Amino acid sequence: MSNVREFNTVPEGNPQVESPLAWSYRQHPVPGAGSQRAGVTLREKALLGHLVLRGGAIVLDEAVRQVLDMNLPAKPNALVFDDSGERSIQWLSPDEWLLIVPGGEECTLEHALREALGDAHFSIVNASGGQTVLSLSGENAREVLMKSISYDVHPSAFPVGKGVTTVFAKASVVLRRPSEAEWELVVRRSFADYCYRWLLDASSEYGVDLQQ
Amino acid sequence: MFHIFCPYCQEHREEEEFHARGQAHLMRPADPDNTSDEEWGDYLFFRNNPRGIHHEMWVHSVGCRKFFNITRNTVTYDILETYPMGEQPTITADSEKLRKEQGVQTADGGWQTVGAQPESKALNEETSS
Ligand SMILES: [Zn+2]
Repeated sequence: MSNVREFNTVPEGNPQVESPLAWSYRQHPVPGAGSQRAGVTLREKALLGHLVLRGGAIVLDEAVRQVLDMNLPAKPNALVFDDSGERSIQWLSPDEWLLIVPGGEECTLEHALREALGDAHFSIVNASGGQTVLSLSGENAREVLMKSISYDVHPSAFPVGKGVTTVFAKASVVLRRPSEAEWELVVRRSFADYCYRWLLDASSEYGVDLQQ
Repeated sequence: MFHIFCPYCQEHREEEEFHARGQAHLMRPADPDNTSDEEWGDYLFFRNNPRGIHHEMWVHSVGCRKFFNITRNTVTYDILETYPMGEQPTITADSEKLRKEQGVQTADGGWQTVGAQPESKALNEETSS
């Protein structure tokens, strides 16, 4: 067992927590929300548990099999979900994976993974407070992405189960496709407000339905 | 815009995701205590600036954030191949010269290769001096 000090980043006593977009919602509510045809549905998947795993693929794969009963995606740009669809692992680079789980699970999961990995050479970083997930769906969602990203989002180039780190409106984001109907953007906390406002602006011509 | 094949992401990405980081295959002097000022100076400050085939280190800074190497023609801006760190280029100034002399015609699109063969003696001699 490594001697890394762990701690739960969620304080006890059930304090009020806010997503990185709390300020944005107050400052920039959607104009005329709900009153129009919505080609784009925007929803934040707030306060999830984000862990960044780094290390060799073989040891990490063993650990996530043991702890989560999931396979580590070895293929570049691959994204896998567990049976419930609530937990995902995404390839970020040859020695780096992003693990997203329901909020509150991340601390016990990190501990279990450290136990399973023992003395192996690895790193686990809890990035939950540093990023948030924006979900984009609706019939015009892909058009919004085409305006914002130079990466090819045509279904033939970007099938379900793919995820890439790329440039979104000059900010760096993780773009992923969990299902036919949905796109997810993992945005950094400091870019969250900017990306949110960009998405509102880019979606306005199709009508936006903001679900909170 | 360049369309660059990242050997780690295994696909072409837009140039805006990358940064160029200078000449590739620079070798740190093996015995620093017995290296002359001139050799250190060469290692730290002096770079090749060839007209034609050049090997550069690039980083996929907005993607996987890994460094890799590119063989590029500084006249035409053609990217001839990309290959991971630790590997040697298959295309060098010498191999290009040879190709021209032998009059081999190869379509430009065919030059983008994923892996790379070992090893170019000429290149090592050129960059480790
Ligand atoms: Zn890459």
